[in-house]
Amino acid sequence: MRVLPSGSDALLIELDDLEEVLAHYTALREECLAGVIDIVPAARTVLLVIDPATTDLGEVGRAVGQLRPRPERQSTGALVEIPVIYDGEDLDEVASVLGCDADEVVRRHAGDAWTVAFCGFAPGFGYLAGASGGWDVPRKSSPRTSVPPGSVALAGEFSGVYPRASPGGWQLIGRTELDVFDLHRDPPALLRPGTPVRFVDVGRS
Amino acid sequence: MTAPAACLTVVETGPLTTVQDAGRLGQGAMGIGRSGACDRGAYRLANRMVGNYDGAAVLEVTFGGLVLRADTDVLLVTTGARSAGVPHNAPLTLAAGEHLVLGPPVTGARTYVAVRGGIDVPAVLGSRSTDLLAGLGPDVLSAGDRLPIGHSAGRMPGVDVAVVPEPEAGEVVVRVQPGPRRDWFTEDAWASLHSQRYTVTSQSNRVGLRLDGVPLERANTNELSSEGMVRGALQIPLSGTPLLFLADHPVTGGYPVVGYVIDEDVDRCGQLRTGQTLRFTTRG
Repeated sequence: MRVLPSGSDALLIELDDLEEVLAHYTALREECLAGVIDIVPAARTVLLVIDPATTDLGEVGRAVGQLRPRPERQSTGALVEIPVIYDGEDLDEVASVLGCDADEVVRRHAGDAWTVAFCGFAPGFGYLAGASGGWDVPRKSSPRTSVPPGSVALAGEFSGVYPRASPGGWQLIGRTELDVFDLHRDPPALLRPGTPVRFVDVGRS
Repeated sequence: MTAPAACLTVVETGPLTTVQDAGRLGQGAMGIGRSGACDRGAYRLANRMVGNYDGAAVLEVTFGGLVLRADTDVLLVTTGARSAGVPHNAPLTLAAGEHLVLGPPVTGARTYVAVRGGIDVPAVLGSRSTDLLAGLGPDVLSAGDRLPIGHSAGRMPGVDVAVVPEPEAGEVVVRVQPGPRRDWFTEDAWASLHSQRYTVTSQSNRVGLRLDGVPLERANTNELSSEGMVRGALQIPLSGTPLLFLADHPVTGGYPVVGYVIDEDVDRCGQLRTGQTLRFTTRG
């Protein structure tokens, strides 16, 4: 673990892998360090934002040094099931990258146990890591200018669901009717760090 | 008979007027950034001058051009970038039917208009700020909009005019400190960041300032996993020239942050116009 400077009001904790990130994120949420006003996990880092009126970076840095990560508590909250129509435009391309056919991609994707590792890119966009660890899919060489909302996609080691129409470079394998970010729901984001997720195959068309 | 609800009507908006407050705090883990006023100091001053509670919503006017009509008597103030011909940093009463007309600012880019009682549009995720990058919060203002004014305010400060520095014209110098990825850049790059004069380009907005200058050289060509950042970050994309993040910056970014403008100085960056020059100095 390295603690890196990140401006007057933040620290960036750099970790070895996703598991460590989730273990630290869970511990940080449970500890509720005084004066920490935001915690932003990412693929290899956790950003802590402080309120300089109530604490300082030195104090928070020392507290981070004494943190006991919770590797056993990576998955939190109720299981979210996402029904997917697996008819994405890039399904065949993903199959050829993974060295199998499209049916097998669907079987693996719907069969894996996913956990939201972190959010980013857009409100409610979760980066989901699969327990099988067998995902490694390059992004599109040229991003789409508009990906439809509800698109279920893969990139790198992650799967994700586009909360709304946006440009995007992920490989599209399907779509869901489930609204993963709804301002009229509390909380609006269905996919929050630590949330366990299953994709359910509801057919191709 | 009850009194009509206090209200302002937007007659003209200028290039861009949005509703802003202190922003959405503590939701970064859901991919939701803070947003809020670009010049937080001017925002806070505006609320104080009309006796508003901290966190009340105001208007952020980019390059003037806003025309408001008071539908009832209202007390308001303008702070930040000064518009010629309008009392500035000084509360004024607009009687029902009167107009507030903001011309182009003398210096700076963003003027704040606070109304006693606050702009009372519905909050989204705990804030009335428009986040232009995330597409959250109230819509950008349009001519014809009616803005409700809240009822809750505190004591008036008893100050006729606040004496605060005006946004700077010409070259602006701000302090930087090393960022998390300082070591991804060469020593020469770090020196170059401090010695050159950057120009603010027209691709700048509430997300950030795109700066033009001599590209910085990377010490490695690794690909960075996206990581969280806050305002003031000097992110260096492949072009080698910095993007200085302001209020609507993305929650995470995948290009290395070489340095941070210290938070105290970021408000002044939020007042820079296209073509102004910006220099970075070591925190001292």
